[in-house]
Amino acid sequence: MSNETLYLLSFILVTAAATFLTRLMPFAFLGKHSSHPLAQHLGRYLPAGIMAVLVAIFLPRSAHWQVPVFGLDALVPAALVIVLHLWRRNALLSMLAGTSCYMLIQQQLSF
Amino acid sequence: MPQHNWLIALKTSLPVLFGYLPLGASFGVLFSTQLDYAWWIAPLMGVIIYAGSGQLLAVTLLVTFTGLTQVFIAMLLLNARHVFYGLSLLEAFKGAGWRKPYLIFGLTDETYSLLTCRARSEDKKREQQIDFLITLFNQGYWIVGCGLGAWLGRALTFDATGIEFALVALFIVLCIEQYKALQSSFPIWLGFAAGLFSLLVFPESQQLLIAMLLICVVLFWQYPANKHRYKNRLARGPVDEQ
Repeated sequence: MSNETLYLLSFILVTAAATFLTRLMPFAFLGKHSSHPLAQHLGRYLPAGIMAVLVAIFLPRSAHWQVPVFGLDALVPAALVIVLHLWRRNALLSMLAGTSCYMLIQQQLSF
Repeated sequence: MPQHNWLIALKTSLPVLFGYLPLGASFGVLFSTQLDYAWWIAPLMGVIIYAGSGQLLAVTLLVTFTGLTQVFIAMLLLNARHVFYGLSLLEAFKGAGWRKPYLIFGLTDETYSLLTCRARSEDKKREQQIDFLITLFNQGYWIVGCGLGAWLGRALTFDATGIEFALVALFIVLCIEQYKALQSSFPIWLGFAAGLFSLLVFPESQQLLIAMLLICVVLFWQYPANKHRYKNRLARGPVDEQ
């Protein structure tokens, strides 16, 4: 087995282990406390908060912030996703339109 | 005449089919255009790893030959949100027997939203069989998407610059879906504030984790004031979102 294949194989196994571990943890440690009010409180509000964190961190990172763009190269596609999703509520449509819009902007304009 | 389990699972999982084919395909295209490995490695990763954002990040890490310890930590942090998904399904998965390990393995963002949003009957055994089928179908769509994208991307001379925005678009869509399910914008604003704060203050590698810790701190802090809302439901398991 070449070094590269070995690296790829270990990479896949390490990634799979880390992913499964995060999914397993609450079941392994908190199985007995599933109906505790604190677990319900976290289970109710955390997912939404975490999605918002992901947007707040990854959206600005995908933008160019210097003059004269001011982040609009990512904010415009993001606005398109929001408007389309509130209007049609079709996840595929919103994502496809937003991503195409972003790709078009990044490929046509050079910063 | 009750519907067959597989028919219910198929109907429930259909929206994910339309989400996973293009998302899996974006991963596949990214995989074959950025890396020199055989195309079928992409669907294989869909079988073994099965994580949307995780696999997209994996391509970036593979390109730069990232050390395995760092890969492990990055994946733990990126997937840390899964820890909180399990919290709302502890009760639903209880006593699922041999199906349980797979239900846990397949608990992606999308499977989580389907399983927590769908109507459940009193027949727990049957609901777990349906949960299992939904998870299985979802992973099937994902693997097909990964394979299609990688296979097409191999032959395609295609400028994929910017395709990684699919991930940001997915997070925005999930944010809106969470808001609609909760009928409360509080956790969304909290998440935004925490995310922007750590983006401005902390180094890039720690932003995600610190922002998530900040949300936890705030939720713990306001828990005593909200405790009374959960007490009556102690025996009932997951909170029903109205």
